[in-house]
Amino acid sequence: MEAGIVSYGAYVPRYRITPGEIGKVWGSDGDSVGQGLNVRRKSVPAPDEDTITISTEALRIALARGGIDPQQIGAVYVGSESHPYAVKPTATVVAQAVGATPHLTAADFEFACKAGTAAVQTCLGLVGAGMVRYGVAIGTDTSQGAPGDALEYSASAGGAAFVIGRERVICSVERTVSYTTDTPDFWRREGQRYPSHSGRFTGEPAYFRHVAECARALFEASGTGPADYQHVVFHQPNGKFPLRVGKQLGFSEAQMRYGLVTPSIGNTYSAAALLGLANVLDHAGAGERILVVGYGSGAGSDAFDLRTTEALPAYERGAGRSVQYYLDHGVEIPYAVYAKYRGKIHMAEG
Amino acid sequence: MSIARFWRETPRRYNLGGSKCTECGTIYFPPRAVCPACTRHRQSIEKMVPFQLSGSGEVLSYTVVHEAAEGFEMQVPYVIALVKTDEGPVLTGQVVDVEPDRVAIGLKVHATFRKLREEGKAGVIHYGYKFAPVDEPDRGPPSGPPAAAVPASSGARDRAPA
Repeated sequence: MEAGIVSYGAYVPRYRITPGEIGKVWGSDGDSVGQGLNVRRKSVPAPDEDTITISTEALRIALARGGIDPQQIGAVYVGSESHPYAVKPTATVVAQAVGATPHLTAADFEFACKAGTAAVQTCLGLVGAGMVRYGVAIGTDTSQGAPGDALEYSASAGGAAFVIGRERVICSVERTVSYTTDTPDFWRREGQRYPSHSGRFTGEPAYFRHVAECARALFEASGTGPADYQHVVFHQPNGKFPLRVGKQLGFSEAQMRYGLVTPSIGNTYSAAALLGLANVLDHAGAGERILVVGYGSGAGSDAFDLRTTEALPAYERGAGRSVQYYLDHGVEIPYAVYAKYRGKIHMAEG
Repeated sequence: MSIARFWRETPRRYNLGGSKCTECGTIYFPPRAVCPACTRHRQSIEKMVPFQLSGSGEVLSYTVVHEAAEGFEMQVPYVIALVKTDEGPVLTGQVVDVEPDRVAIGLKVHATFRKLREEGKAGVIHYGYKFAPVDEPDRGPPSGPPAAAVPASSGARDRAPA
């Protein structure tokens, strides 16, 4: 496959809250919940941040790093389950805010947590077919769990943007495969504020089956196995599932080291696997092989067999922060401020 | 503010699109059709070109707002600053991602893209520039507006074949 990653950018909001702080409000042992989920802190967007602003920040970083003329972008796709508008695309605002308009196609993608990887696949197709010079795939979310629900301990915010092209590729895409079924593990009906999920059903028949089967399908198609990869990145709704599926498939924790970011920032949904990949690319050298397996409830997985190129070591990361910065930094806030920022407090109608 | 008016101002609010007088080199934000410095002799007529600010600058002066303007109640206390951009123009904008007591005259800031206000729960959402400090460790400045972006008012640029 000729098309690959030309540049990338990551953005995570500044605020953090701990499971212990959330548990205090609901009479639960939040620290234990956090340990069970392997989530130490989760990111919280500021009141003036949403999927549009986070996507824009991530893409501006990607364009600055790659020195890419935004007028050469032929497609912008934003994958999210928290688009600010039900009708009116996130992608048009993002495209305008990076100076890519008007000669491009744009759309919003939605597939629970794998809308971002689906956007990457679409861009690979467009670029590979020669229809566009650069395609932009973004995965961003500012997701919420219902107050007191298990999801509240992990649902966080972040975004990652990937520019797909054929020139100056820093990470080539050797192959991508998907595995999709109708599985009702997690959903949000139109007009509902918070998602619903089927508890433990989100595990075995949903996450583990799709991620593992998709990874095995990729191994078979590529003639590879876990030992062929220096790095592996799984979708990470918590810090526990990816470690378990990795072990099932035969990966070591060392291979998952950089790809696992959820313990420090929470579950960024559509951004989760892509932020893991961004962190791997922040640390990788040339010629390293990376396996990425995304997952979206509903359900499906997209797997990517990636290989970093000789162009990666010279790739200029001056603009924007490293993923590691976001894992290490952040300002912790109490639950009351978190509730205010996330619109959980009823205000007087003005 | 009406939707149409905000929409007309999108190039400057999203991407800091200003203008430059090619006669005397003065840069303006918001953009001007003529250059006040050159107007007396009409030198600047038809010599103003679009110019995009980099988004980098420093705090010239600031105030901490405790009585919020409508729509900013969630962010109190927040900082409004006069930011002197590297290119010259002075902009008024909010400084975010910083505790108010850390803001000082001379603080280096960079433009960031944020939600400015919402027209109620059902209305349109307005976006635009704010500023954030750049003195965080372990990184360069935030992204700011794209270097090669062209304000929509200047028309489409020629495109290379895909």
